[in-house]
Amino acid sequence: MLTKRIIPCLDIKDGKVVKGVNFVGLKDVGDPIELAKRYDIQCADEVVFLDITASYENRDIIKDLIERAASQLTIPLAVGGGIRSLDDFRMILASGADKVSVNSAAIANPQLIKDASDEFGVQCVVIAIDAKKREDQSGWDVYVKGGRENTGLDLIEWVMQCEKLGAGEVLLTSMDADGTKAGYDIDMLNAVCQAVDIPVIASGGCGSIQDIIDVFEKTDVDAALVASLFHFNEATVEDVREECRKHNINVRRAFS
Amino acid sequence: MIVIIDYNVGNLKSVQGAFSRIGLETVVTRDHALINKAQAIVLPGVGTFPVAMENLKKYDLIDILTQRKEAGIPILGICLGMQILFDKGYEIKETKGLGFIPGNVNYMDIDEKVPHMGWNQLHFQQDHPILKNIHENDDVYFVHSYMATCPDENLVAYSDYGDTKVTALVQNKNVIGCQFHPEKSGTVGRGILLAFKEMISC
Repeated sequence: MLTKRIIPCLDIKDGKVVKGVNFVGLKDVGDPIELAKRYDIQCADEVVFLDITASYENRDIIKDLIERAASQLTIPLAVGGGIRSLDDFRMILASGADKVSVNSAAIANPQLIKDASDEFGVQCVVIAIDAKKREDQSGWDVYVKGGRENTGLDLIEWVMQCEKLGAGEVLLTSMDADGTKAGYDIDMLNAVCQAVDIPVIASGGCGSIQDIIDVFEKTDVDAALVASLFHFNEATVEDVREECRKHNINVRRAFS
Repeated sequence: MIVIIDYNVGNLKSVQGAFSRIGLETVVTRDHALINKAQAIVLPGVGTFPVAMENLKKYDLIDILTQRKEAGIPILGICLGMQILFDKGYEIKETKGLGFIPGNVNYMDIDEKVPHMGWNQLHFQQDHPILKNIHENDDVYFVHSYMATCPDENLVAYSDYGDTKVTALVQNKNVIGCQFHPEKSGTVGRGILLAFKEMISC
């Protein structure tokens, strides 16, 4: 039986982990490789690098970072942030990442999803979506530019279109829940899980282990993205897994 | 020397890194002279079946791989590299594979989410030296939308996905294929690669 995945997410700027990291015992707290390796040892199911570097000139830094991570990690690596073109997909995959997550570029040019999945396979095309509930509560709108711009796209219509175009997975961030630490956005995740048959990663709102239990018990998501809970040493991946087992949620066993 | 075949199907660094971590140096190449000297051959691969076969053809690798297979050189196929070991694939269009293991590769037309993505437990179908360091129910990392079907005698291990028995590990004499990614499967994957290392005795 397929297990539920627990995925630490690192925000990276100019090759360093930024915001919300408070690890003790790491040689270089800002080094994404050190942090990713720690999560690897804790038996995280995957790691996500989200490159929030604004300028395009720093592509070499992220390329070098992916190469070093890929040669050292024993778990899958997904990379997102600033993906604009098929060339970006090519560079990131050739550097050793397993998946590429694309957000606003896919909205500007949906054909990118199809071209990327045709060339590299659907399994490495992750569509990242930031969504927020409409004021009239009738559904959710898709946002870009870090949540500053409403595209006017309906979340459910967009996610179904992405699946049709060849997206292999959805990384869904609720802007209503993000940063609140009050739990994942159960309603929104349920709506998306019902609409598509590809795996869904829940993101935004995780403040405790219980939130992860809730999202796995109350929705059909395949994975939970976790940031500060792990970065601030409030829990380890193994703590989460242990609690999942108590709730009969099927998670990876750590060792052979 | 172990050769990882370079035929432009992505992501060879993590495979090379995984072998390096167990003390096996590998050469990523499509050079015939090196392939002829290799004591084992690894066929990785991410992408689509027809592109993988086209690339093997383009780099003139099909005959030499077949010769090495016939000569008894151990060959390990990973993910797409495992799928093309079979007779035929049906991704995008019908494509002839290498035919090193009997069977075909079809779309996973099942009642579950596809791709089959994530960690799933291995169940052993038969004894095989590649399983030496791992246990029944160990988790490995899968990510694929197409699946091989082969005779039971070639099936080493499988995973359950809904009602589907997913072909996970296959063998035919000196040829081994993993649908999952041992290089991405933590300590369990390491155990499998260590067993391969022992099998090729170096």
